[in-house]
Amino acid sequence: MALSREEVLKVATLSRIRLADGDVERFAGQLSAILDYVDKLRRLDTDRVEPLAHALPIQNVLRPDEPRPGLAPDLALGGAPDRAGDFFKVPRVLDEDAGA
Amino acid sequence: MTITDLTACQLRDALREGRTSAREATDACLAAIERLNPTIKAFLSVDSGAARRRADEIDRSRAAREPLGLLAGIPVAVKDNMCTADGQPTTCASRILAAWRAPYDAHVVERLRAEGAVVLGKTNLDEFAMGSSTENSAFGTTRNPWDTERVPGGSSGGSAAAVAARMAPLALGSDTGGSIRQPASLCGVVGLKPTYGRVSRFGLVAFASSLDQIGPFGRTVADAALLLQATAGHDPRDSTSVSEKDQPVPDYLAHLEEPVRPLRIGVPREFFGAGLDPEVEAVVRAALAVYERLGAKLVEIGLPHSTEFAIATYYIVATSEASSNLARYDGVHYGRRSSDHSGLIDMYMRSRAQGFGDEVKRRIMLGTYALSAGYYDAYYKKALRVRRLIRRDFEEAFARCDCIMGPTSPTAAFPIGQRTAEPLAMYLSDVYTVSANLAAVPGASLPCGFTRAGLPVGLQILSDVFTEDRLLRIARMYERQAEWSGRAPPAAGGAA
Amino acid sequence: MSGPQLVPTIGLEVHMHLATRTKLFCPCAVEYDATPNSRVCPVCLGMPGVLPVMNEKAVELAVRMALALNSEIPGLAKWDRKHYYYPDLPKNYQISEYDQPLGVGGSLDIETLQGPRRVGIIRVHLEEDAGKLMHAEGGGNYSVVDLNRTGTPLLEIVSQPDIHGAEEARAYGEALRQLAVYLGVGHCNMQLGQMRFEPNVSLRIGSDSQGRPRYTPISEIKNLNSFRSLERAVAFEIARHREEYEADPAGYTLEKLGKSTRGWRDDSGLSFLQRSKEEAHDYRYFPEPDLVPFVPDRKWVEELRKTVPELPEKRRRRFIAEYGLPEYDAGVLTAERAVADFYESVAALAKDPKAASNWMMQDVMRQMNEQKIAGDDLEKYLTPSSLVSLINMQKQGSINRTTASSVVFPEMWKTQKTPEQIVSEHNLAQVADSGAVEAFVDQALAANSKTVEDYRGGKKAALGRLMGEAMKASGGKANPQLVRALLLKKLGG
Repeated sequence: MALSREEVLKVATLSRIRLADGDVERFAGQLSAILDYVDKLRRLDTDRVEPLAHALPIQNVLRPDEPRPGLAPDLALGGAPDRAGDFFKVPRVLDEDAGA
Repeated sequence: MTITDLTACQLRDALREGRTSAREATDACLAAIERLNPTIKAFLSVDSGAARRRADEIDRSRAAREPLGLLAGIPVAVKDNMCTADGQPTTCASRILAAWRAPYDAHVVERLRAEGAVVLGKTNLDEFAMGSSTENSAFGTTRNPWDTERVPGGSSGGSAAAVAARMAPLALGSDTGGSIRQPASLCGVVGLKPTYGRVSRFGLVAFASSLDQIGPFGRTVADAALLLQATAGHDPRDSTSVSEKDQPVPDYLAHLEEPVRPLRIGVPREFFGAGLDPEVEAVVRAALAVYERLGAKLVEIGLPHSTEFAIATYYIVATSEASSNLARYDGVHYGRRSSDHSGLIDMYMRSRAQGFGDEVKRRIMLGTYALSAGYYDAYYKKALRVRRLIRRDFEEAFARCDCIMGPTSPTAAFPIGQRTAEPLAMYLSDVYTVSANLAAVPGASLPCGFTRAGLPVGLQILSDVFTEDRLLRIARMYERQAEWSGRAPPAAGGAA
Repeated sequence: MSGPQLVPTIGLEVHMHLATRTKLFCPCAVEYDATPNSRVCPVCLGMPGVLPVMNEKAVELAVRMALALNSEIPGLAKWDRKHYYYPDLPKNYQISEYDQPLGVGGSLDIETLQGPRRVGIIRVHLEEDAGKLMHAEGGGNYSVVDLNRTGTPLLEIVSQPDIHGAEEARAYGEALRQLAVYLGVGHCNMQLGQMRFEPNVSLRIGSDSQGRPRYTPISEIKNLNSFRSLERAVAFEIARHREEYEADPAGYTLEKLGKSTRGWRDDSGLSFLQRSKEEAHDYRYFPEPDLVPFVPDRKWVEELRKTVPELPEKRRRRFIAEYGLPEYDAGVLTAERAVADFYESVAALAKDPKAASNWMMQDVMRQMNEQKIAGDDLEKYLTPSSLVSLINMQKQGSINRTTASSVVFPEMWKTQKTPEQIVSEHNLAQVADSGAVEAFVDQALAANSKTVEDYRGGKKAALGRLMGEAMKASGGKANPQLVRALLLKKLGG
């Protein structure tokens, strides 16, 4: 399963990781090798096997609707790389950035 | 015998009998850390002031005959992917969290503090727990105390090395695909991964949510049992932690000395196939022979989906969950933000590119790919179906035997740098361990001998869900016959 | 130009905040207008190591709403992660429900200008809200984020594309809001942004050769937060699709252009493209590993179904049929559940739905509107039994209607005293003793001889003036019917 350069760049963008030009080939090679390896799962017939998403059969874990104090704003904002008063500050968000 | 040679249980007795104090024990550990950490690099951060203050507090409480917890006065190390709100950083060995301070304690850290443990500091790991050698740490690799040119294993290499080198009698690690058991094996200590849901994950920085578990490192089975006792149990903040009603926490120490009889040991043929180092095989088979002499019956079993297919399944499921869990590291609310970006999307892309190491990037991209439109069924959903087959392998096996045994790792500790060129080569270190995480079953690694070169070999024992008490008793049966914990690594003053 | 008939086809996605005290996955209080980033904790901040735990009240309210919409409650519901990167979404994924939601199917009956309609429901599910992203004041080159709202429980209701016009869309939105408030599921305060609309608009352009329907491309308008903008945006899109189609009937189709996402600017009344089909999100949904599935106990569901009250539309029709109320009055009285409950208590206790309705519509609603009191607070001011006492006192003649309405009722409202207490304290009892009333009548006649002459001269209206004088002489307390009867007698017809 060889990944093309374009496919690697697409996955990197979807992952929000900027790859330096020189790294794209390297990652393409490594990812392709791993995908080749995991492809061996095709050899198993799983047509009548249900996916197992949760390891344990736990159900219905709910908590009561009781308020509890949270973090003081200084602790909430304490680790923020950039701050504007009581707000987290980020580069100006354009409409094009809208959840893309 | 110095204080640091005592096991945690021996130290607990000594403290109760007044032969030593928490302060003395803590000072001794801190001195060992000062002496050895520059070479071994097991610890990323140590707060000696806080440790000493806590030790003094415990000593005062003991003197005042106040009630004391299970771990009162015992120094413990914590893997740096568990949140500690005491001013020490929680970095996950990543540049992206290098300066982050958690505003809350993980559940297990709360339990350590409540039981009177003295938290020494945070130990090194593969970045975000992704790796099998601790070479993926952004802050330098930890060295194996038995041979400092070799890896300690990973991802909990720091915790395993700290205990092996006697810098701390106990340490917490986390295991997603073998990250407690494999370093325990390579460092010659006991490491246990509990059943999924036995120990709360609240405050454990998530790698793969359906696979992660926190577990103990100790030099002996009793030490591991003690630390498990202190940390096991329901936490309402973790929806996947099993309820007390469904699975009450037993007393892991009470019956530790009682052998399990009769004992049927499943020996999977897939765990003794190609790729297993012959020396390691010989040492492990010798350990199995000890069980036979004790009356156990060895039963050959098959776990047809639980080696290479398990690795393939693991590297889809774990990376998919990881790609999601690590999406939050974006330089917006906490963690490192790039300084050279132009606009929001560029900020995300550069912050993450600069903050994550290569292995983390690889796994995020793999996971993103496996979950993306058009590939979800072929990769992620397929992997979850195979996961059910793996689970069935174990269900069928445990119908025929009380536990499963084999080598923890196909080789002993390998040289630093030997497997870093090819990710797949590193992934195959986990071939005997990943299936337990996928099937949710508990597993432990127990020191069972050494190679001719003096490198530790680990025996892996797996048992059915929520049978840690029996697993520990089975492990203790062997340990009583062949105590390896007395031998110290050269780095900690043992014979070279 | 002849061609296939263009039928606006609209499906509406509605998001509403649930009336819980805490957030969906953590015990932070849901509060509006708090200082930014002061109602947060490590969980809703998406910090490393945190885990979500489901709010039981949110689940209960969601299921209650689904039951009221006649949805089916499947045997298993699960949660999923929906991935996208945005600064107001700290984990960069939203926990939502993808393929196994809490409620499936259902419908809502609404009243439109074209008459009653039934709008089908596709699904009802729970998810967490994101925070608030705002642009910097004064055009600075940055944006700011307040995460107080992150994690607020959202109920998402997705309708079938059964809506065929802007007014209908609005009527559906309003009916949904009324239902949610009726059930106590959500407060739906529009000013606080507790309800948002996302219409999916296209036009049906007849059928193909095999009779399958054909459509223009679909546009989804994001985040409308008022009924006005909903109606305007839908109307705008219908017109825009029509224009685009007429300019290029062959090319402007759903097959060719798919679905796009658009924003709406209320000030200019225009929509604008945000995302085209090609740029559609890849949300990479997968089951949320940190949450376990929800398997509703069937007995619990049935108990919950029993607590669903009579729904507003049905109640309105019943008021018309059962109490003989005019449509308008029935509508006013059933607009709020607490008011409708109050009315029915009064009607039953007084055994007089008409009188009850008059008092509610004129006196009670007036006070409520003037003082901006919500139905839920009505009983802080007035109880059904005290209003019934007042009604009965007036019927029995102890006080007249004017006194009751302009003196006793406002005093009851202000002081919460019973009408008996007030009448007695203020000595308001209507004078009905014919001897006493006769004295007032004689007084009025004596003091207004000119008016008496006018009346006798044929000006019948003069009677009213004489009545006023007699009432005044009595301090307003005389029984008006008696006054009138005595006046007529003394005036000789």
